[in-house]
Amino acid sequence: MGTTIGVWIAAGLTLFIYSFLYKDNPFYKFAEHLYVGITAGYWIIYTWAYVIQPMLIDPMIKNKEFILIIPAFFGIIMLTRWFPQISWLSRWSIAFTVGMGAGLGVTGAIQGFILPQVQATLVPLTGFNFETFNNFLIIFGVLTTLVYFYFSKEQKGVLRWGSKIGITFIMVAFGASFGYTVMARISLLIGRIYFLLSDWLKVLR
Amino acid sequence: MNFFLKLSKIDRRFIYLFIALVVVLPLILKPKFPVVVSKPVQDVYDYIEKLPEGSNVLISIDYDAASMPEQQPFLEALLRQLFKNKLKPILIVQWQLGAPLGTMGLEKIAKEMGAEYGKDYINLGYRPGYVAQMVGIGKEIRDFFKVDYKNIPLDSFPMMKNVHNYNDIALLVGLEAGATYLAWIEYAGGRFKQKIALALNAVSAPDAYYFYQSGQIVGLVGGMKGAAEYEVLVDKPDLAVAGMASQSYSHLVIILFIILGNIAYFIEKGMKNKEGGK
Repeated sequence: MGTTIGVWIAAGLTLFIYSFLYKDNPFYKFAEHLYVGITAGYWIIYTWAYVIQPMLIDPMIKNKEFILIIPAFFGIIMLTRWFPQISWLSRWSIAFTVGMGAGLGVTGAIQGFILPQVQATLVPLTGFNFETFNNFLIIFGVLTTLVYFYFSKEQKGVLRWGSKIGITFIMVAFGASFGYTVMARISLLIGRIYFLLSDWLKVLR
Repeated sequence: MNFFLKLSKIDRRFIYLFIALVVVLPLILKPKFPVVVSKPVQDVYDYIEKLPEGSNVLISIDYDAASMPEQQPFLEALLRQLFKNKLKPILIVQWQLGAPLGTMGLEKIAKEMGAEYGKDYINLGYRPGYVAQMVGIGKEIRDFFKVDYKNIPLDSFPMMKNVHNYNDIALLVGLEAGATYLAWIEYAGGRFKQKIALALNAVSAPDAYYFYQSGQIVGLVGGMKGAAEYEVLVDKPDLAVAGMASQSYSHLVIILFIILGNIAYFIEKGMKNKEGGK
């Protein structure tokens, strides 16, 4: 019984949301506001039950881990941004976050992105096969795209042509992204319609 | 010519209706549609097939309900493969709103495959601060996950006794709806050389191909299409395979609309130029 009610509510809300495709209406507004409210409520409860209570309150009360007062203090002063007179206090927490983020980010970017990606561009161009052609495309694409983003000299002559080829590679990448985006949106529609036809209307078995 | 001009001014709601029909009809009529497995998806499957029995596979749930049709079918297909090969999934969550989806998928497939909680699989739930967590797991997973998602201490589970850091994890599989996968590649992959496989929403998938080309990830499952391929590989066609006919037909319709729209645009432009010339 509970599942059936749940399915009817979900189906109704799905139709409310899709009714926007016809035109804006109170049913759509209701579903939209309900979604935002429930998400916020769920997020607060989840943060309390799975973060603040088990990671801060329980360890302090049960295990006497009073060292946790320090991160709790920094967390609380982050909220002082709501009060203009003492909002400067939040800068301590932000400074800590920015410092940690920058430190992790710099080493992480070098180890995780720059070096492996440069390495992946150093590919062999020997032999006369499809792999060599692909490798050539990778190198040529990287170089011409870099030329497109080279702004220290007027783009004419070789630079102009390199830049034009570079923008072609970029456009191909945008086209692939757009194609995948269409696929993603249709997948979501399929998921919802599948739910309506199978769980709600029981048309699909 | 008139037809194209009328078409360029068609009410957008007819297009929505047309797309809806193209999605609904194949789901009901179920035409046979071949699903060809691509190399990036095959690579994920093959890598897992080669893992020794008893290996731990860390699954990160980095999506929420908005990506459910794309990610949930893959999660279920992946779990079927893991349990069948006697591999041990360890589920963690980086997106709070994805926690119930991960739990739902894990419990459903564990029940179907007869897996036992704490011995064959575990659900560690959500913890905040994903970057610190990704770096921290490199040292000791208990620094972030002292207890599972039901607040039971980790050491009370037999399968977690010898799991401490990335050295004890054979593969990390990230199910990603946003950019969290970049941090996995940056920290778990770059710093700790953790082997990573990714299942990305179709929107994000093109951005991850260069990590596949560079060998930073072992394979890539992109959107519902990738999930359908995986369902074929594990020999259990489900929602994703069922949706492929609708997906393909709707793509054809969109391509048709783009072509017609462009023809109408150029005809209109030509007529305007002609009028301007007069």
